[in-house]
Amino acid sequence: MSKTIKATADDIWKNKVEKINSELFTLTYGSVVAQLCRDFHNDYVQVNAQLERMGFNIGIRLIEDFLARTGLGRCQSFKETAEVVSKIGFKIFLNVVPLVTNWSGDGKQFSLVLEENPLAEFVELPQDDKASRALWYSNVLVGVLKGALQMVQLEVDVAFVKDVLRGDDATEIRLKLIKVLRDEVPAGED
Amino acid sequence: MTIYSLYILNKAGGLIYQTDPCPGLNKLSANEYLVLAGTLHGVHAIASRISPTAPTPNTGFFGTGKAVAGNCNTSGLKSLETDAFAMYVFQTVTGLKFVLVTAPGTRAQADAAELVLCRIYECYADYVMKNPYYSLDMPIRCDMFDEKVVEVTQVVV
Repeated sequence: MSKTIKATADDIWKNKVEKINSELFTLTYGSVVAQLCRDFHNDYVQVNAQLERMGFNIGIRLIEDFLARTGLGRCQSFKETAEVVSKIGFKIFLNVVPLVTNWSGDGKQFSLVLEENPLAEFVELPQDDKASRALWYSNVLVGVLKGALQMVQLEVDVAFVKDVLRGDDATEIRLKLIKVLRDEVPAGED
Repeated sequence: MTIYSLYILNKAGGLIYQTDPCPGLNKLSANEYLVLAGTLHGVHAIASRISPTAPTPNTGFFGTGKAVAGNCNTSGLKSLETDAFAMYVFQTVTGLKFVLVTAPGTRAQADAAELVLCRIYECYADYVMKNPYYSLDMPIRCDMFDEKVVEVTQVVV
């Protein structure tokens, strides 16, 4: 099964996705974050919140692109969702495949571990301690995941727990399924 | 396949787009289009309630290894065929409905219609969702989308 996913994702990545220069992408994101830090006078909690909000607005739109291009139907389990997010979602939009790991016993929480983070390629956080303790530089991803999953009726709690920029050993995003919004699942599906 | 009309409904059943690529249908008033869309939304939901339970298991992507083309409309109103016209309903996982009204056709036309609806969904993702000034669930007024819809619907004519 995972082989089919990989082949499908590769095919979509090769044939159906517009690509841009990754440096332009990284620099654009960097200047957004830096500007936010200036605007909020280095109040990193606010910056995190702002990034998440921006990501959320991206996610609720991006999901349509994802569905239209992949032609995927609804996932039957949260495990399946995890696979799709990592092997298809991250793959076609960022060309990285985060590792799905650290499942909780009840199967409602998992982590995405990014070996490579295209958003943070040339980044060093400001030297002050505050930044490395409070700022989640790539927090836009949290918002994107939340927004996109909400549009397919999954209420999910998403948060960074580790970031190599802060000196951690890995970059890790934690996803926790709060509930499936069954009332909002459109009529006509089974 | 002559495409008379295209409707796009948001997840609440509100009409957010309507166009007639080919002449042949009477024009309705703006209000009548809204009522028609709302009715369609309701009938679709009722159809899903009265359709037999335990349909063919939805193996979807993982079962077949082939994309199911994004149409999640498995138990609702899928198509309507009359002597005068045919109608096809495509529903996305997010709850949007794309409805195509065409001249009556053969069985094979349903597949062709689904393909057209897929293409329109892609155009929607590109030219509506990626337009930063479009607000979600609101009527679509995007010229580039209009143009793309014409392109897609003309190709199959």
